[in-house]
Amino acid sequence: MLKLEHVSYQVTEEGQALSILNDVSLTIEDNRFIVITGPNGGGKTTLAKIIMGLVTPTSGSIFYNGTDITHLGITERAKLGISYGFQQPPRFKGLRVRDLLELAAGNTKLPREACCQYLTRVGLCADDYVDREVDASLSGGEVKRIEIATILARQSGLLIFDEPEAGIDLWSFSRLIETFQSIRQQRNVTLLIISHQERIISLADEILLVADGEIRHRGPKEEIFPLIMADTVSGCCYMNEGAHK
Amino acid sequence: MNQIDETLLAQIADLHGTPEGAYNIRKDSALAGRSNTKNITIETKADQSGIDIHIRPDTKYEVVHIPVIITQSGIEELVYNDFFIGENCDVSIIAGCGIHNDGHNRSQHDGIHTFHIGKNSHVRYSEKHYGQGNGGGEKIMNPQTILYLEEGASVQLDTVQIRGVDSTKRYTKVVVAKNGEAILTERLLTHGNQTAVSEMDVFLDGEGASARIISRSVAQDHSEQTFYPRMIGNAPSFGHVQCDSILMGDAKIRSIPAITANHTDAQLIHEAAIGRIAGDQITKLMTLGLTAEEAEERILSGFLK
Ligand SMILES: Nc1ncnc2c1ncn2[C@@H]1O[C@H](COP(=O)(O)OP(=O)(O)OP(=O)(O)O)[C@@H](O)[C@H]1O
Ligand SMILES: [Mg+2]
Repeated sequence: MLKLEHVSYQVTEEGQALSILNDVSLTIEDNRFIVITGPNGGGKTTLAKIIMGLVTPTSGSIFYNGTDITHLGITERAKLGISYGFQQPPRFKGLRVRDLLELAAGNTKLPREACCQYLTRVGLCADDYVDREVDASLSGGEVKRIEIATILARQSGLLIFDEPEAGIDLWSFSRLIETFQSIRQQRNVTLLIISHQERIISLADEILLVADGEIRHRGPKEEIFPLIMADTVSGCCYMNEGAHK
Repeated sequence: MNQIDETLLAQIADLHGTPEGAYNIRKDSALAGRSNTKNITIETKADQSGIDIHIRPDTKYEVVHIPVIITQSGIEELVYNDFFIGENCDVSIIAGCGIHNDGHNRSQHDGIHTFHIGKNSHVRYSEKHYGQGNGGGEKIMNPQTILYLEEGASVQLDTVQIRGVDSTKRYTKVVVAKNGEAILTERLLTHGNQTAVSEMDVFLDGEGASARIISRSVAQDHSEQTFYPRMIGNAPSFGHVQCDSILMGDAKIRSIPAITANHTDAQLIHEAAIGRIAGDQITKLMTLGLTAEEAEERILSGFLK
């Protein structure tokens, strides 16, 4: 179980305090499939990074399976079974796809067959990629799918994906949806997916709508979808004016 | 052969015991072992320090080991090794120098290797430099590698210096003839107060000649590195220079490349980058369960692989 209690995150920019996340409290039971959505800049990535330990909250506490992880580092959280697929994954000169998969799997040798399976699950033809370096020669969509494959290779209880659909072609996207569906059916890990994609949102047990650093709404998709539609138009007065012209 | 000798040989040449095939082992400025084969003859030079290596035409898949080790503090030597490789050969030459210096005097090996590679021959040449020992004495290596390729000849040159060498000045010159190819890979890691300078001149002299320089280096602590990769296209040819460096601590790296086209059909490309390890690379690996130190190490070892 993942639990956030009164988590806030503020930064100081040009002497001004800026609130990025504002008193977020949240409980996610095990083996759920949760999608976080909401407008750009709403605080979704920041929330995910706070869970993974990439960002330290200004106040509040985080618990994972009963352990207070608020002051644990990234490595320790990873070892406890939290994984995070970056929205914009870095590239590595000199590390091959296979190397990343093996590191993800716990720094053990993986048979080629196993590497291939992870890659296939994100729609990559394994033979073309296993031995390629994860450097600038790969396209954005390729790097993104390799990132997702590394998260699949981790044997962890909480998988966080940050916009897994971004930059991915239609064919790979369908493959990815199948992969998420099958993970969902097995019901043995918790999935926390940040997404703007209707097909991913519709897989969710529950949707969290994050905007302006707060959890605006939480509920099943039938309930949240209409709210999203309403929010997108009313959020900005300039857009409203435009809509009425 | 003692423990230190064995460690050095393992480090520089992956050698465990006596190599198979042709070899020449030089230890503390003297001959410590030699073997010739039907096709490969190694002879001590008459007029100066060093050896001549003759490889008969059509020699295929043979390996020559010519390691040099220095275990006594205070040895300074200048050695000439000349290779004469016939036509249609396919051979590997494994050189390297290991210095163990427990004393206070400087140990220095300057090796000048000249290769004459015959028509349509393919040569892989690897050279590893390694230093160890806890004395205050400096470990210095100044290698020069000069390669003349005849028509259709190709060479793959791999040089590696990972830790332990206080000062190095390296010069590499390659002349590539018609349809020849040269691939030069250089990997270097300096630390402490070490300095390294690497100069390369690659001449693309014949039609269809091609060359690549791939340089990867890591400079740590207060070490300094300077690179002068130069590619000169004198014919319809293709050349690519690619230099990547990682800076750490208070290290300094300078890269001064030059590509010169003396022919309108010479196509030359240069790419270079110097920078720190990106923070998101470290954090990414940490999210896979590595500590920050392990992540850094993994990134460096991949980079220099
Ligand atoms: N360290 C920081 N300094 C200043 N502003 C920050 C910092 N980190 C995040 N922000 C701001 O906080 C807001 C939330 O960012 P975040 O990346 O969490 O949004 P998001 O919901 O993931 O958006 P998107 O849908 O575009 O990915 C943005 O306005 C961002 O510019
Ligand atoms: Mg985001």
